[in-house]
Amino acid sequence: MVAVFFAYFALVSVAAGVLTVALKNPVHCGLALLALLLHVSGLFVLLNAEFLWAVQVIVYAGAILVLYLFVLMLLNLKTDERYFHPSYLYFLGPAVLGSLYIIMLLLRSPFGGAKGDAPAAAVLQDGDTIAVGVKMFGDYLLQFEIVGVFLLGAIIGAIVLAKTPRTLDEERKA
Amino acid sequence: MVPLSAYVAVSAVLFMTGLLGVLIRRNFIIVLMAVEIMLNAANINLVAFSHHLESMAGQLVALFIIAIAAGEAAVGLAIIIVVFRGKISTNVDEMNLLKW
Repeated sequence: MVAVFFAYFALVSVAAGVLTVALKNPVHCGLALLALLLHVSGLFVLLNAEFLWAVQVIVYAGAILVLYLFVLMLLNLKTDERYFHPSYLYFLGPAVLGSLYIIMLLLRSPFGGAKGDAPAAAVLQDGDTIAVGVKMFGDYLLQFEIVGVFLLGAIIGAIVLAKTPRTLDEERKA
Repeated sequence: MVPLSAYVAVSAVLFMTGLLGVLIRRNFIIVLMAVEIMLNAANINLVAFSHHLESMAGQLVALFIIAIAAGEAAVGLAIIIVVFRGKISTNVDEMNLLKW
């Protein structure tokens, strides 16, 4: 059953990714990106990461993608006639060959390593959110604070960049 | 039980798609969307390894990546608005003001 869900989420997310890159109209690209994000969040559920699923749906699909669509509507772009780079075929061939080779290597390689301290049974007992919270506000508190300061800087930077600059005459009057 | 390599393969395909999008698309907004695809591919990888190696660290790094992607989208879209106001174009080939 898990394999069926995995196949569905994997195939749809790859297809949506290709559509995001290949579609002509930017709004259609945004909607394909939405499908990609929702199906990637489905993969997170299969991996026992329910908190990350919620964050993906709320932050990515709810906030970031709406920001993209707002900017697309604000700019009111016309669809370009030539929307690919003129020599894109030279990129396409090596990319397909390279990814096929990498997939072959990845499917054959035996992944292993030292096991950590959070086996699936222990995580499922209290829920993923509690496990993430305990870890985040214990070992990763400094990184959490740094990300908070980073987001504050990003907000201020976005406001400063997007503000309409005042002309010199207005500044003299003020 | 889905093997770890299947998740890693999906992530590799998505990453290649995003990289290709950054290279061949000319609309700046679509280029930023392709960067989001690449960040999502990295997230799949991190969460899959976190699940299979039974450690929470991967999920936490994925959370930090989502936060940084939010900041990147905000600043990137603000830059697009600034460029669009000045040149009325979002074509990356026409943004060559800083070119040497």
